[in-house]
Amino acid sequence: MKVVKKIALVLLIVFVGIQFIPTSRNQSDVVPATDFMMVNKVPKPITNKLQTSCYDCHSNNTQYPWYNKIQPVAWLLEDHIKEGKAELNFNEWDDLSNRRKNSKLKSIISQIEDDEMPLSSYTLIHRDAIFSDTEKQEIIKWMTQLKDSL
Amino acid sequence: MMKSLKMSIAAMLMLAISFTNAQEKEKMKMDHSKMDHGKMMHKKSDAKTEAILKDYFSLKNALVADETKKAALAGTKLVASFKAFDAGSYSKEQQEELADIIEDATEHAEHIAKSELGHQREHFKTLSKDVTDLVAITGTKNTLYEQFCPMYEGGSTWLSTSNEVKNPYYGSKMATCGKVQKEINN
Repeated sequence: MKVVKKIALVLLIVFVGIQFIPTSRNQSDVVPATDFMMVNKVPKPITNKLQTSCYDCHSNNTQYPWYNKIQPVAWLLEDHIKEGKAELNFNEWDDLSNRRKNSKLKSIISQIEDDEMPLSSYTLIHRDAIFSDTEKQEIIKWMTQLKDSL
Repeated sequence: MMKSLKMSIAAMLMLAISFTNAQEKEKMKMDHSKMDHGKMMHKKSDAKTEAILKDYFSLKNALVADETKKAALAGTKLVASFKAFDAGSYSKEQQEELADIIEDATEHAEHIAKSELGHQREHFKTLSKDVTDLVAITGTKNTLYEQFCPMYEGGSTWLSTSNEVKNPYYGSKMATCGKVQKEINN
């Protein structure tokens, strides 16, 4: 019993301790001129869906959930966001060449089509991020048009 | 005795002079051809492009044979070959375009290295476009054939060293679907 108590105490100290380690937060008030919505004429429903389902990890501004400040959750989020932005950042869309835009759009279409994005670990909590079949079709159709117009 | 030594020293000197002279001339000839056909010289001698093409063709052959693992391996090699590419000797404009091509192609090669067959083929389509554009700038010493399959994703091209059609998009399912669209000779 003594040992169990000791272990519990150590874990508690570690848990409290890691709360003091700072994490960088992905937040910005500015929407740059290179943003996907700024340079493309995106229909309202698709704008909303992209904001809800993609922008948390693929832009410079995350709408953090309530538990975002609790470690180790904050680290996990930080890591996902960093990875997501490296792969695709909608805020910096117009910095890409047409060749890169074409490739990114192909990936967007294929990942939404195959339900690879948004990540299931994300939709587990963000239920409104899930694409309905109609939404899927709409966005794929629209993204394909955009790709073909490049 | 003294005289013959002098003579042989003189002869050796002459030999050395004529030798360096010949080398100099050779150098000048090279410089000259560089000035006249700078681009041509380049086109014939970019070893980094040939390395990229070698990996691209082993990727293509793996897809023709429906071999995911081999294709993934070739994808990994391609990533390294793209990284090793040096655009230093090209014009500024060409360098920008080459950097764009390499960035895009690297991403596709990375995905090919870790995807299943269907996805590998999707990425191979765009990768083929990238490599074709790359060769249009750098040239290659071998004759290449741009081939075309009208069925895959609204029509897709790829490069081959042979004019015989072996389809990398369908593999064994439709091995000979497609045609030679263009011969690349630079």
